[in-house]
Amino acid sequence: MSIAQDRMTLEQIAEEYARLSEPVTRRIIICAGTGCVANGSLKVHAALRDAVEQAGLPVTIELKTEAPPEGSVHISRSGCQGFCQQGPLLTILPEGILYTHVHAPDVQEIVERTLMHGEVIDRLLFNDPATGCHCHGIDDIPFYQRQQRTVLKECGVICPEDLAEYVSHGGYFAARRAYCDMSPEQICATILESGLRGRGGGGFPTGRKWELTRIQTEPKKYIVCNGDEGDPGAFMDRSVMEGNPHGLLEGMMIAARAIGADAGLIYVRAEYPLAVKRLKRAVADAEAMGLLGDDIFDTGLTLRIEVMEGAGAFVCGEETALLASVEGKRGMPMPKPPFPAQKGLDGKPTVINNVETLASVPVIMRHGAAAYKAVGTEKSPGTKTFALTGHVANTGLIEVPFGTTLGEIVMNIGGGVIDAKGNPDPAGFKAVQIGGPSGGCLTQAHLDLPLDFDSLREVGAMVGSGGLVVMNKKTCMVKVARFFMQFTQNESCGKCVLCREGTKQMLALLDDIIEGNGTRETLVLLETVARVVAKGSLCGLGKTAPSPVLSTLRYFRDEYLAHVDHKHCPTGNCKALARPVIIEEKCKGCTVCGRKCPVGAIEGERKQPHHINPEVCINCGACLETCKFGAIVYN
Amino acid sequence: MEQKTDQKPTVLVDGREVTIDGERNLLELCRKANIDIPTFCYHSNLSVYGACRLCLVDVKGRGVVTSCTTIPEAGMEFKTTTGEIREMRKIAVELLLANHDMDCPTCPKSTTCKLQDLARKLGVREVRFRKTNRVEPIDRSSPSIERNPNRCVLCGDCVRMCDEVQSIGAIDFAYRGSECSVVPAFGKDLNTVECVHCGQCVAVCPTGALTPRSEIDAVWADIDNPKKVVVAQVAPAVRVAFGEQFGLAPGAAATGRMVAALRRMGFDQVYDTSFAADLTVIEEGHELLGRMASGEKLPIFTSCCPAWVKFSEQYFPELLPNLSSCKSPQEMFGSLARYILPKQLGVAPEDLVIVSIMPCTAKKFEAKRPEFQHDNIPGVDHVLTTQELITMTDAAGLNFPSLEPESFDMPLGFKTGAGVIFGSSGGVTEAVLRFAAEKVTGKPLTQVEFHEVRGNEGIREATVALGEASVRVAIVHGLANARALAERVRDGHAHYDVVEVMACPGGCVGGAGQPVSNDPGARAQRAKGLYEADRTTDLHKSQDNPMIREMYETWLGEPGGPLAHELLHTHYASRKRITDSDFTVLPSAEKRPVCVSVCVGTNCYLKGSQEILSKVLNHVETNHLHGAVEVKGTFCFENCGQAPNVAVNNQLIESATFEKVMEAVNEASCPAKSPA
Amino acid sequence: MNTAPAAPEAITATAAPSAPAEAGAERTRKFEKCVEVLNRYHRNPAKLIPILQEIQESYRYLPEEVLVFVATSVGLPPARVFGVATFYAHFTLKPKGKYVIRLCDGTACHVRASQPILDALRGRLSLTATEQTTPDMLFTVETVSCLGACGLAPVVVINEDVHGQMTPETAVALVDEICTKEQGA
Repeated sequence: MSIAQDRMTLEQIAEEYARLSEPVTRRIIICAGTGCVANGSLKVHAALRDAVEQAGLPVTIELKTEAPPEGSVHISRSGCQGFCQQGPLLTILPEGILYTHVHAPDVQEIVERTLMHGEVIDRLLFNDPATGCHCHGIDDIPFYQRQQRTVLKECGVICPEDLAEYVSHGGYFAARRAYCDMSPEQICATILESGLRGRGGGGFPTGRKWELTRIQTEPKKYIVCNGDEGDPGAFMDRSVMEGNPHGLLEGMMIAARAIGADAGLIYVRAEYPLAVKRLKRAVADAEAMGLLGDDIFDTGLTLRIEVMEGAGAFVCGEETALLASVEGKRGMPMPKPPFPAQKGLDGKPTVINNVETLASVPVIMRHGAAAYKAVGTEKSPGTKTFALTGHVANTGLIEVPFGTTLGEIVMNIGGGVIDAKGNPDPAGFKAVQIGGPSGGCLTQAHLDLPLDFDSLREVGAMVGSGGLVVMNKKTCMVKVARFFMQFTQNESCGKCVLCREGTKQMLALLDDIIEGNGTRETLVLLETVARVVAKGSLCGLGKTAPSPVLSTLRYFRDEYLAHVDHKHCPTGNCKALARPVIIEEKCKGCTVCGRKCPVGAIEGERKQPHHINPEVCINCGACLETCKFGAIVYN
Repeated sequence: MEQKTDQKPTVLVDGREVTIDGERNLLELCRKANIDIPTFCYHSNLSVYGACRLCLVDVKGRGVVTSCTTIPEAGMEFKTTTGEIREMRKIAVELLLANHDMDCPTCPKSTTCKLQDLARKLGVREVRFRKTNRVEPIDRSSPSIERNPNRCVLCGDCVRMCDEVQSIGAIDFAYRGSECSVVPAFGKDLNTVECVHCGQCVAVCPTGALTPRSEIDAVWADIDNPKKVVVAQVAPAVRVAFGEQFGLAPGAAATGRMVAALRRMGFDQVYDTSFAADLTVIEEGHELLGRMASGEKLPIFTSCCPAWVKFSEQYFPELLPNLSSCKSPQEMFGSLARYILPKQLGVAPEDLVIVSIMPCTAKKFEAKRPEFQHDNIPGVDHVLTTQELITMTDAAGLNFPSLEPESFDMPLGFKTGAGVIFGSSGGVTEAVLRFAAEKVTGKPLTQVEFHEVRGNEGIREATVALGEASVRVAIVHGLANARALAERVRDGHAHYDVVEVMACPGGCVGGAGQPVSNDPGARAQRAKGLYEADRTTDLHKSQDNPMIREMYETWLGEPGGPLAHELLHTHYASRKRITDSDFTVLPSAEKRPVCVSVCVGTNCYLKGSQEILSKVLNHVETNHLHGAVEVKGTFCFENCGQAPNVAVNNQLIESATFEKVMEAVNEASCPAKSPA
Repeated sequence: MNTAPAAPEAITATAAPSAPAEAGAERTRKFEKCVEVLNRYHRNPAKLIPILQEIQESYRYLPEEVLVFVATSVGLPPARVFGVATFYAHFTLKPKGKYVIRLCDGTACHVRASQPILDALRGRLSLTATEQTTPDMLFTVETVSCLGACGLAPVVVINEDVHGQMTPETAVALVDEICTKEQGA
C-alpha cells in the first residue's frame, strides 16, 4: 500500500520537526482555549502576525515541509493554559515571559519592546495580589508554582493541531511500545499496578476494567472515550480534548491494544465544538501518518477511531446511557449487569473511560507504574485536574497530586476567596462544592483535608469529574442545594421512578423551604426521600442526585433550620423570606411609614428611629415605597 | 458442608432454601417460591427494564438491589422484605401517586390496578408530596383503545410490548425527565398512527392508562329499547377466561353460566361465534384447496385476526393477495345473521342489533371497517370485550357461580370442536386440516388431533400428510414473529401452503379484552380449556356440523359460491401507516397546479424514487416551472411491489421513471397551459 | 387500482406565498441535503443522532415531516425518532431565531449571578421560560447547563461567539447592537 510506503517512523517525524524548528529563534504561544478565544486571543494572534511581519522579522505559523528562514518567530496556538481568568495569555519563549490580558492593541508594543529590544512590559505581567509583585513567567506565579501538571503538561505548550510537535515531545512512543513490545496482559498489568483510577467519578481501577474486557472471548471489542463532560462547573476534559487531542488518542490506542479492540469512539459533549474540531483533525492526521487505521506500527493490527458529538443530555455521561446514545437511541441508562465490559456497544465488550483517565495512560506508560504511583496518595495515585471556579481570585484549570489539601487549592493556588465584586475577602470562605451535582460540599473544617477518592467519599462528597466551586459567605446553602436539584431534575432521563419523581419532589420541598413554607416535617421528608433516591435509583445520576441535599443538610443544618423555624435566610438570599427592616441611622422618625403600614407593624416615637415588628409585618412592601430617606431595606 | 455435584444449586430466600432451576433473575426465583415481589415493569416475555424500583431485595454482601436485574448465584442469600425495603417501596408508590390522577373510583382498572393494589398492600394512607400531575387530554380516537396519560406510571411495558413483541413501535417515550411521556409519534392520536389495535399494550398496562374502549352503555341502551332485538355472539376464547373474575381457574369453561348471564341481562338470543368459525373453516378450506390446485397465491395467510390484517395492509401490501378472502368469524356471523335472522326471528332488519363478545380489542376496530358496512349498516353493531361482559354481569347484580347453565340458541349456536379451538394459536390451522384431510383423501378422518400444530413456540412449522398430498403449514403468534416470517415468505426464503397468524401471544386466549391475569400461565391454561372442550364434544370437524350443512342447503348454496362469496368474503387494500404525513418539497402559488407526489417510503427509496424526485426538482428549476408544478413527498401508496411509485395529480405511475413522470406532467399541464 | 389514494392536505411548514420560487429552491436544496445526509450514513438507524444533527443544521430545526421522512428512510417507527428528537436538548422541533442567545447556567456562572442576566435578556426581548423566540424570529433566548467556559463566568453565547464576564447591562447591550445592525441591514 502506498500509504505504508509513505509512512515515517516516529523518530523520522521528530527529526523532521527538529529540522524545521531549528531556525526558529523565538516562539510565541497564544492560548487558544475556549476561554481565551472568547476574550479575543485569535485577534491577538492575527494582529501579532501582522505586527511581526511589519517589523521585518520572518514569521512562521505552521512548521510544515519547508524549514523557515533563520531567526524566525514561530507564532503558535495552544490549548487551554488553565489561567483562564487572566486571558488572553501569551507566552514568549525562550525567555518564558507570560503576558496576561493581552489584547490586539498591545501587540505593537510587545513586538517593539520585547521582541526587538528584549524588554519586559511590566503592565502585561501577572500582578500577584498577595505580594504586589509582577510575575515574570509561570514559575513565579503561585497559581502555577503549586501545581503539578502531568496530564496537562502538553496542554498549553504544544500546538494541538500539530501531530509532529506532539511526537517531538515524545508522543506516540508509548503507543508504539504497547503495540510492538508489550502483550495486552502486560499493559493491563502495568495500568493495574500504577493504581490509576477512573477520573469520571466512580474511581474504579482502570486496569481492572481493562482486564475484565481483555479476557472476554468475543473477537469484536470497542474502546469508548467518554467526553460527555456535563458537570456544570467543570471543563477539565474539554481542555484536554482541545489542548492535547493526540495525547488522548495515544491513550485510546494503548487501551485498544490492551483489550484487543479494533474500533474506538470519542463521545464529545455537543457544547464543545472546538474539541470536536480538534479531535477530528487529530484523528485524520494520525490516520494520514499511519498511526491509526490498518497495520498500526506494522503489527497487522487495526484501530479506527470515530468522533461523535453528543446532543445535549447530561445523563449520557453515564456509561450505559452513553452507549444507548451512540446506538441512536434515547440516552436512558440500562440496568447492570450486564456490564459494558461484557456487553457494551452493539452488545460487544466495551471499555468506556473518561478523557482524563485515557490521557493519563501515555504518562504512565512513558515513565512506568512506579513513577506514577510515587505521586499522590497510596489509594489514589497520580494527579488530578480540577476546574477551580466560583468566588475565588484565580479561576481556571489546575492539576495537583491527590492528597493536596483543600486549603492549598483554594487559598494558595486559587489566591483566596473574593466577594461579589471580585475583591479579596480573606474571611469570606464558606464552602466548596466538589463533584458538581453528584458531589457534596466541603466546609471550613475540611480545609486541611487531603483530597482523594476515599477521603472525599468519607465526608459525603466525591471527586466526581473534578469541578470545584468556591462559595463565599454570602451564598445560601439551601439555594445551592436547590440549584443542583433543579439541574438533576432537568437532566433526569425520566426512566426510573425514584430519580424522575424523587428529584421533582426534592426540588418542591426545597422550594417550600426557600419560600418560607417549610417545617421540620419538610426537612424529615426531604431527608427520607434523599436517602431512598440515593439508595434505590437505577443509575449513577439518580444515586448521586441527592448528594448536594444530604451534604448541605449534614454541614449546614442550622441554615436549613433558620429557614424552616424562623423563616429567615441567614445570607439574605431567599427573597421570599426577606423582611423589611429600618436602618436606625437613616430613619428620621417622620412616621410616614407607620401611617402607611396596613397592619400597624411599625412602631416608634416621632423624631425617633422606628422599628418594624416582624411578628405583625405581612411583607407587603408599602413602607419601602413611602420612605424618602432610603431607611427601609430588605434584610 | 459436602456438596454433591448432581445437586442443584440453591439460594437462601428469607432463610428458606430455594433451588435454582434456570431462573433468569431473583424475581422469577421468588415467584417460584410463592413470594409476590411487587413490580410494574418486569414481564417475563419483555426485556428487563429496571425502572420501577419496586422489586427490591436485600442481598447479603451487596445490599439493596432490584431482583429483576440480579442473576441468581449458588449460595446467594437475600431478604425480600425488610424495614428499609418497605420504606423504599412505600416512597416509590407515594411518589407515583403524587403524579397520578387518583380518579380511582371512575377508573376502569379500579380493583385490578397494580398501583392501587400496591398502595393498599404497603399501607400508603396519605401522599405527603406535592401533587404534580398535569391534566393531559385523553385520547379516544381509536375505536379499540383509550389512552389516558394522566394515569400513566411510565413503566414502559406498553412501549416494549409494542416494539419487542409486536414490532410496531406505535407508541414510545418522548421528552425527558419530569416531562417524559408515552405517546404516539408527534403526540398524534392513536388512530392516525400505525397502531393495529391489538391492545397488547392494554394487556400489560398496570394502571388505567391504556384500557379497552367501552361500548357497554350503547349495548345497555339497545337492550333497554323495546323495539330492538339484541342478539349476542360469543367468541370461543371468552368462555375459558370469563370465569376467572368469579373465582374459576383459567381455562375452566363457564359457557353455560355465561349464556345464562347474557339472557338474564336481556339479550334476546345468544349465539356462538364458533358456529361462524365452522363456516370459516369450510370457506377457507375450499379456498386453500383451490389455491393448492392452481398453485396460485400461496401460501394462504389466515385473515381472522384484524390486527394482523391491518398489520399486513401497512407493512406487507405485496402479500395482500395471499390473505384469505374469508371474512373473520365475527364478520361472517354478522353478515349471515343480517341475512337470515330478520326472517327467522321475524324482526325488522333495522331493529336487529348484533353484539359480539370478543377476547379482543381489534375486533372493535374490525367492526367499524368500511368493508363490513352494507348500506351503512355494520355487520356487527357493538363489540364487547370479555372484561366488559364481566362488568355488565356485575352491573346486573348476577351471582355468577349460582347461575344455572343454559345452552346457546339455534341454529347459530351450534358448533363443532373445530370451531372452538379457533381461540388458540394453531386452532384455525388444525380445524382447516380436519376439513382438508377428508376432502383430499375422500376418507373419514379418525384421528382428528394434529398435535404437530399445537404448542407455544412463537413460530411453528410442520408438514402434514393428507393422504398422498402434504400441506406445509406455519403458525405464528405475536406480530414480530409474523413480521419475520412474512419477510421470509415475501423474499422467497420460505415456502408454505398455509400460514396462520394471530397477533396476540397465544392467539385469542391471550387477547387484550380478556381479564387481567396475574398468572403468567393463564394463557396456556385457557388454551388447554379450549382443547378440552373440543375433546369432550361429539363433533370435531366443521364439515360434520349439521347446522352448517343446513345453512348451505337452505341459504348459501355452494361453499365459495356466488352468495357465499357476497356474504362471507371480502378483500383488503394497502394502507398508509401514518395519515397526513405528506410534505411539500416545492410549493406552488397556483390554484390548480400539476401535483407530483413522489413516494419516499422505504421500498420506493430503494428503487430510486429519490433520483426521480431530484430530477423532477431540477427540471422544474431549470425550466422555470415554479408555480405551475407542485412537488410533494409522500409516504407509501402501499403499492410497493411496483416501486417506485409517483402520482401525477391522481394518476398513479407504477415502476416510475423520470421520463414517464415528465410525460404525465406534460400531459396534465397542457390543457392548463392553453385554455384559450 | 390505478388511482393514488386521495392525498390529504399537505403540511407546509414555512409557507412563503410571496416568493414561492425562492422558497421552493431553498426547500429543494435542503431536501436534497437531507437525502445526501441519509445516504452518507447508509440510512443506518444507529446513526440517527448525527443524521438529525446534520439535518437540523440545514433546516435549523427538525420539521415534523422531515422526521417522518428520516424515520421511514432508516426503518424506524416515527414514534422512536420523535422520542429521540425530544430527548436531547440540542434538537428542536420549533424554528429558532436568527440569533440564538444561550446563557450558561452552570454552577460557576450561577454563583456569579447569571440569573439577573437571563432576566434582563428576557425582559429586553419580552420573552419567558416557555416563550423563547421573538415573534420576528430574530432572537431565541435559552439557558444551557455549562458551556465549559467557567473561567469566564458568567458566559453568554450568541450563535457561535462566546462572551465572558457578562453583566445584565453588557448582555442587553449586545442585543441592542444586533438590533441596530439588523435595522440597518
